[in-house]
Amino acid sequence: MPGLIAASALVKLYAMGEETVHALDGVSFDIERGGYVAIVGPSGSGKSTLMNLIGGLDTPTGGRLHIDGHDIGAMDDSDLAVFRNRTIGFVFQSFNLLPRLTALENVELPLIYGGVESRRRKERAIALLRRVGLGERLAHKPTQLSGGQQQRVAIARALACEPQILLADEPTGALDTHTGREILALFKELNQEGVCVVIVTHDSEVAAQTARIIEMRDGKIVRDQHAPAPA
Amino acid sequence: MIRSTDLVGAAMRALRANPMRSALTALGVIIGVASVVAMVALGSGAQARVEANIQSLGSNLLIVVPGAQRGAGGVRGAAGGWDSLTLGDAEAIERDVANIAAVAPVQNAGGQMIANGLNWNTRVLGVTPHYFIARDLAVENGRPIEDADVSQARRVILLGPTVAQNLFPNMDPVGQTLRLNGGAYEVIGVLESKGQSGFQDQDDIALAPLTTVKRRIAGRRGRGDSISQISVKAVSEDLIPIVEADVTDVLRQRHRTDGDDDDFTVQNLASITDAMKETTQTFTLLLAAIAGVSLLVGGIGIMNIMLVSVTERTREIGLRKALGARRSDILNQFGLEAIALSVAGGAAGLLIGVLGAWGITSAMGLPLVLSAETPIYAMLFSGLVGVTFGAYPAWRAARLDPIEALRRE
Ligand SMILES: Nc1ncnc2c1ncn2[C@@H]1O[C@H](COP(=O)(O)OP(=O)(O)OP(=O)(O)O)[C@@H](O)[C@H]1O
Ligand SMILES: [Mg+2]
Repeated sequence: MPGLIAASALVKLYAMGEETVHALDGVSFDIERGGYVAIVGPSGSGKSTLMNLIGGLDTPTGGRLHIDGHDIGAMDDSDLAVFRNRTIGFVFQSFNLLPRLTALENVELPLIYGGVESRRRKERAIALLRRVGLGERLAHKPTQLSGGQQQRVAIARALACEPQILLADEPTGALDTHTGREILALFKELNQEGVCVVIVTHDSEVAAQTARIIEMRDGKIVRDQHAPAPA
Repeated sequence: MIRSTDLVGAAMRALRANPMRSALTALGVIIGVASVVAMVALGSGAQARVEANIQSLGSNLLIVVPGAQRGAGGVRGAAGGWDSLTLGDAEAIERDVANIAAVAPVQNAGGQMIANGLNWNTRVLGVTPHYFIARDLAVENGRPIEDADVSQARRVILLGPTVAQNLFPNMDPVGQTLRLNGGAYEVIGVLESKGQSGFQDQDDIALAPLTTVKRRIAGRRGRGDSISQISVKAVSEDLIPIVEADVTDVLRQRHRTDGDDDDFTVQNLASITDAMKETTQTFTLLLAAIAGVSLLVGGIGIMNIMLVSVTERTREIGLRKALGARRSDILNQFGLEAIALSVAGGAAGLLIGVLGAWGITSAMGLPLVLSAETPIYAMLFSGLVGVTFGAYPAWRAARLDPIEALRRE
């Protein structure tokens, strides 16, 4: 049985004038349901490109990518939007909260695009903000929150539509070590609750937390290592 | 699938986030709609006034004047001169044309009236009792001109309200005497007001018996049989064309003309009204078109700011897409923002336009004519402006690539 994320010979090319950049150059892997994976590698190795494909923000140039049974290469723009809404939760390095909206309203956004009715939407958003420890900060604007708190709001937002997969590209990159650890602890909890978490990171300490490390270089996977099962 | 209430909510929130900018963006549409509304109201007011003026001349009225008809190239040679119309013509019309209610020959004159040490220069018309019928004139105070006044060429005179007020302030003019062109005349009545016309005060007039005016007041013009015009009132509106044709026939026979060399003109007030209506309508349309250009400029202003807004909010658009917004959701959100801006501008413009029209018409003494369709058209057009000029920025927003949009700072 194929995993939740199944990539085979995945290729992504970018045309840069005369030259072609092989951002992904034949990548194959499987990630099972409830997996906890770190993607590491030097800058420019194709980590973000891979995340964008998994997240349905872009489509592959070649190869196959199946996620939860969906063929990413075969979906049109509208299908991809629905896929992102239902299946994926994004967490960004720079949080990407809308500055004019409160924490609550930011968390409501994916639910709005999911067509969830207003009252149920609020209930769900409040529950999620409580879950990430921000039950007292519902009406705060992003500028009134610390970096760690903003990232918690972003995580609550990513969880809003109960996604199967949480994609986090350098989620601790803008945070101090201590706050970064707290965020990672939150990811771990969420993973234990059954969400598949994929984290891109430069930080070996972050990577060490995960169950599996995929290392990339020049658009290829050079190492795919499962951590020893915890005792 | 986003709910439409949430879509509207998102658009409203974006506009409220920057109220000053939103107001300034809508300003172009506000000014555009306000000027269109004001211009159309002004034009309708002017038209209503023109119609009322012509109506006030008398209903079912034909006016025969000497001289040839105005052709397309201006005034044709006035065959027979300006004294080609005679009392005999008036009598012949009365005798030979059917379906007429009144035939009233008129002699124009004018002069300086003096009374009470006050003086006033006005038009004096020499008329018969039929003139009151033909022109729907009523006497407010005193009596009209009677047959005996005409047959005996009595030195009596009726004053229009403006003349009465200027010569006899704070007193009843009836029974008073005034001097005109060297003679003394007894005031026998004051006419009911016909109101101010656009260019002419219809109450600034005096009426005297036809014979009196011809012999004593009109001077050289009054000599002989010639008269200045003949007013012919048809029995009913639908008979006007028949009466017009009959009058023309009678006069052609008497003047021995055949249409090409007519030395008189029969003016049909209904057709004059139509022509005037057409003129004011054209004028109104022209004004509205000019105002419409400012509406167009307003639309371009909206497009400009929406494009700026799309650029500024590129990251927001990328994020919304990442969270599940479809192209159509983004298209609708930005399109709605543009429509909301211009419809709000349209509503404000409508209000300002109506107030402006009220101000201008009351200053010009015109009636304020507002049609029931005005608000509908104002909202419809501003909505259309929003759709037209919001479409391109919204399309630009919708087709942004989410990855690039999210990378943008
Ligand atoms: N839109 C694009 N157009 C052209 N080339 C691109 C584009 N996006 C990425 N690339 C190229 O693809 C390669 C992989 O980029 P990617 O962003 O995936 O790297 P990364 O591993 O995420 O690096 P970093 O750790 O610095 O974020 C790079 O060489 C990059 O220059
Ligand atoms: Mg990257």
